[in-house]
Amino acid sequence: MKKLKLSAILLALAAPFAAAVVSIIISSLAVLATHKSPMDAYKTMWDFGTTQSSLMQMLNTATPYYIAAIAIAITFRAGLFNIGVEGQLRLGALFGAYIGAMFVLPPVLHILIIMVVAMTIGGLWASIAGYLKVKRGVSEVISTIMLNSLAGGLSSYLLANRFMDRTTNSNNMSTKTLPTSGQFPGLMPLLNKLGIKDKPGGGVYGMLIIAIILGVAFWFVVNRTRFGFELRATGANPIAARVSGVNSKRMTFIALAASGAVAGLAGLPAVLGDTHAFNMGFRTGIGFSAIAVALLGRNNAVGMAISALLFGFLEVSSRALELIDIAPETYVIMQGSILLSSVIAYEVVRRYKITLQSKELAKAVGA
Amino acid sequence: MRTKLLKNLRYAALLVFVLSVIRMITGASDLTSVGTASAALLLSVPIALAGLGGLFSERSGVVNIGLEGMMIMGAWAGGMIGTKHGPWIGLVAAICFGATGALLHAVATITFGVDHVVSGVAINIIAAGLVRYISTILYKSGSWLGPSQSPDVNSIGTNGIPVLSGGKYFGWHSPDLLTNLANKHWFFISDVAAVLRGVTGDLSYVTIIAIAIVPLSVFVLWRTAFGLRLRSAGEAPTAAESLGVNVYAMKYAGVLISGALAGLGGGYLAIVAANHYQENQVAGRGYIGLAALLFGNYRPGGIMMGAGLFGFADALQLRDSASIHALILLIVLILAFLVYRDIRKGRLLKAGLTFASAALSLWYYLAVDNLPGQLITMTPYITTLLVMAVASQRLRMPAADGVPYRRGGMK
Amino acid sequence: MAVELRHITKRFPGVIANKDVSMSVETGTVHALVGENGAGKSTVMKILYGMQRPDSGEILINGKAVHFKNPNDAIDASIGMVHQHFMLADNFTVLENIILGSEPKHGVTIDFVAARKKIAEMSAAYGLEIDPDILVEELGVGARQRVEILKVLYRGARILIFDEPTAVLVPQEVDDLFNALEGLRAEGMAIIFISHKLDEVLRVADDVTVVRQGSTVAEVKSKDITARQLAELMVGSELPQPSTHGVTRRDQVALALKDVSIPTSTGSRDLISHITFNLHAGEVVGIAGVEGNGQAELVEAILGLREYTGSISFNGESIDHLSVAHRHDLGIGFIPEDRQRQALMMNSPLWENRILGHQRSKPVMRGFVLDKKATIADTARIMEEFDVRAPGPQTLATALSGGNQQKFIVGREMSKAPALLVAAHPTRGVDVGAQGAIWEELRRAREKGMAIVLISADLEELIGMSDRLLVMLRGVVTAELDPAKTTPEQLGSAMTGAV
Repeated sequence: MKKLKLSAILLALAAPFAAAVVSIIISSLAVLATHKSPMDAYKTMWDFGTTQSSLMQMLNTATPYYIAAIAIAITFRAGLFNIGVEGQLRLGALFGAYIGAMFVLPPVLHILIIMVVAMTIGGLWASIAGYLKVKRGVSEVISTIMLNSLAGGLSSYLLANRFMDRTTNSNNMSTKTLPTSGQFPGLMPLLNKLGIKDKPGGGVYGMLIIAIILGVAFWFVVNRTRFGFELRATGANPIAARVSGVNSKRMTFIALAASGAVAGLAGLPAVLGDTHAFNMGFRTGIGFSAIAVALLGRNNAVGMAISALLFGFLEVSSRALELIDIAPETYVIMQGSILLSSVIAYEVVRRYKITLQSKELAKAVGA
Repeated sequence: MRTKLLKNLRYAALLVFVLSVIRMITGASDLTSVGTASAALLLSVPIALAGLGGLFSERSGVVNIGLEGMMIMGAWAGGMIGTKHGPWIGLVAAICFGATGALLHAVATITFGVDHVVSGVAINIIAAGLVRYISTILYKSGSWLGPSQSPDVNSIGTNGIPVLSGGKYFGWHSPDLLTNLANKHWFFISDVAAVLRGVTGDLSYVTIIAIAIVPLSVFVLWRTAFGLRLRSAGEAPTAAESLGVNVYAMKYAGVLISGALAGLGGGYLAIVAANHYQENQVAGRGYIGLAALLFGNYRPGGIMMGAGLFGFADALQLRDSASIHALILLIVLILAFLVYRDIRKGRLLKAGLTFASAALSLWYYLAVDNLPGQLITMTPYITTLLVMAVASQRLRMPAADGVPYRRGGMK
Repeated sequence: MAVELRHITKRFPGVIANKDVSMSVETGTVHALVGENGAGKSTVMKILYGMQRPDSGEILINGKAVHFKNPNDAIDASIGMVHQHFMLADNFTVLENIILGSEPKHGVTIDFVAARKKIAEMSAAYGLEIDPDILVEELGVGARQRVEILKVLYRGARILIFDEPTAVLVPQEVDDLFNALEGLRAEGMAIIFISHKLDEVLRVADDVTVVRQGSTVAEVKSKDITARQLAELMVGSELPQPSTHGVTRRDQVALALKDVSIPTSTGSRDLISHITFNLHAGEVVGIAGVEGNGQAELVEAILGLREYTGSISFNGESIDHLSVAHRHDLGIGFIPEDRQRQALMMNSPLWENRILGHQRSKPVMRGFVLDKKATIADTARIMEEFDVRAPGPQTLATALSGGNQQKFIVGREMSKAPALLVAAHPTRGVDVGAQGAIWEELRRAREKGMAIVLISADLEELIGMSDRLLVMLRGVVTAELDPAKTTPEQLGSAMTGAV
């Protein structure tokens, strides 16, 4: 048994390790191609990335990635692909900011209402894809992507024509600023108590707590509840799941709707903790990076957390590359190469594991 | 196959007829103008190429969601190489770069057995990032004016059919009878003339090549040994293997061809439809191409129909907003037809709901004069969704599509 | 000597499939290769056909040593294989299936005319009738086998390998096949015939090679040996027999079907039509029929996987409006026909598979939370009671042999002591030891009062294990037979409607 445990651990680490190695090679080649030194690049990134304010920004960047990745993982586990997270989080944040600025409530209640609004909108938007899949057999890959583009157009329209705050005269179209009761307090007071001092331009979004709670809830529901089992069974073998009593149409719909609801929250960290409104500067691309985070993290709570932090670190630390005249977009190469090599490495390791198990089985049975 | 062609032509004629009616009612003359027809053809080509790319890949058993990424690489290569070496070399580069993206997808899915959709999505993410990365470097080095746009590319010559569409041959400028007919704005006749002129005149030579790929695909896939073996890799790979077919090679061929076609589609967008590469130029057309593949039920003729439909929607949103406005009337008419059919079948509840939607759409048409710009850009995507919702039920995909394959039938 | 195999050895990860296997086949003979499921017969033939490469050993064709790298090499050496599980593309026509890989060319295109002509000639010469332009998916089992044989002959095979060809045929179709084999033998072809049906083997073969646990144990002439002796060579001991003892039927009606029908969407004949029967507790009803005559649909109706008209009641209460899950929880167990597709998550450990189908009740659930500890413990219990050979509950399902997977599934379904068990082909593809164990399990359950619906293509299993036999043809129950008075031949006739 002990030998099995050790080899199991080694196997679990083999894939990420191999992926990291391949990715470093590819990224170094990319840097070399621009006649710059990879070692300088890595050193600069490390030095900048490990400063306190960078680490705090890393957490802030990772938080929306993690929430969106959880949303995606819910569907991946069920054998579905919700590529429309980008649109769901955008609309969720837009409606959350707009409706949240309409009233004033006690702080906790106010924020809760905003989150509920965002989840509802995101869930409804994803339900369109769910409905189309269940009732009309439309591939959710195509429908969620189309809904992404639709969400982009819809959110521009609503922001420009209906949701815009016309009391200010700035060029940056924005919803009305959220009253203080609707703003999610940062975590600095808490961190101060732990001895971490304030720094200018720093601060950690309070929604990090929500992200952690979501992660734990995700782990618990997927691995320890009946619903989670049925979700995973539908993904592993939809026919066997159906024979075992799972209503596959209902499961598909619920998985997509739940995924959309969680995705709706992913746009809120910056809106509630920083800009306090939805404006044209709202970050795009979170949904797509989150797909990479989910794939890299193998759709489980801990893996995705590590991946989100990794991506956040790469993005933040690569900003320093400009100082040594390297394109900061280098992090895109790093993310891309990690994604592809890890996806391949996981598959290779999985096949090897099965081969290994067969050998173990033969020895135990005495062939 | 001939009967299918006739059936498709009849549907097309019906569509032109309905549009003609709407044109007369609303006065939105751009709905069936020569310009719109030309633009529709122009925009349907990249969608058709993406769809045909998807066809070759899925017929060999590999799902290819990465068409979007391969198109992006093609568009970017077309712009980057096309500025320096001319449009034709740019197109060749587009094909090669698209095929390179496909090679990645092929290695991941065929050799390593990664899930097809996962690999495709990864390719899309990587392609977008890679292209942005190198563009930034080119911008920094001074050869590009902006990080998201390449310098202009020379255009490829155009021509048309003699006599009818104003073709130019050896210096002779032929008459353009169809345009004359179209400008008369006669009911239905002028509309047909406009559509015909749009698809036969001012055609880029590349467009002609691209359209020729459709019958070529039919020939290759159904009349050659290569095509039979490629299809067998997607229908029954184990059977094919037992007969000595090299299934791995067939799958690789299918995926590489799909990348080449998608790359060509992207290059077409950059060089023919526009005259430079622009970030976000592809705008989801790779996915719309996939939708055309599904709409066409995995056959080239159907893909062409689907691409035409989506290209038309795409063209309208670029031109006159009055046309889209008029399209709402088309939706009202379709819904009215559905209400009639539901009442005849006795499905009264459904008829009631459909009637409500029709009434709502009609009210919207009358109440709103001008559709806001942001909503108009949504036209091709809504069209795709609606078409998919209607057409997805009767799909017949290759039996082993999306199934990871290993020699000897091992898992 | 047409074919000679000398000391063939082949290892797969974790298992030695063939160990020192030797065999010689003369031209103009039928040579049978027998052994139980999992003995290694298919593997050695796959090696002969170039689909696998041997780790050591030699192959000689007509006296010359050969090394096959892929099936193409074997085809070039005039070897053809008719597979047990037909290797046909449903969406292709018969013609396309036959010429795939050996297409006649006319410049760049396929010469369809030449292909059609050759197929028509062969079809007439060997009495293998077929329409070349029909899609294979529209063909029945016997016709599909003809296509497989034509495929092989089209490539000029002189050495033919038949892998379990009679597994899916009724006795009359078996006769047709054997007649065809006679014709082929008379032409001077060498035929290798893999089977575990010993009576048929002795009927048609000249020589027999017996394989057991990967090695050759005997090479004899068929006229020198009896079926019983062959069986003992195959297994090393007596073959288990399917049989039941005594009458255990109770008064209570466990399952009642009345006028159950499933229409087809295309409006032609119903998939199943007006099925009516009562099944008592402690009774086994065997449903016999050629595959595709409605048995699968009947099973789906009982389980709730498909909509139907008519009524089904369980223990006196109607279950027509109950979901699959609800019916399962009421006490209906199911052993599906295709265990990998319908009953297992192959890449999950056994304890997770334990949950499948039982995720709504104890011991797996505690409230709405999974009780992992109890589940693992119960999985170990099942493995112990039902002799599932695997290292432990953490083993992935895919690592187990077919027989052990099936034993696990039986154990899982029995753990709730269902009042009704629907068993579809419960011993298909399962080794002899597991087969005997499963039959014993069904026997015990029957004695304790379980009602069993048994669907099978193994006529001996049906006759041996059933209290009543119902024959289904084209969706309708056409006959009810008493198994004590029915021979396999009579059952086969009833199944094809010849009676």
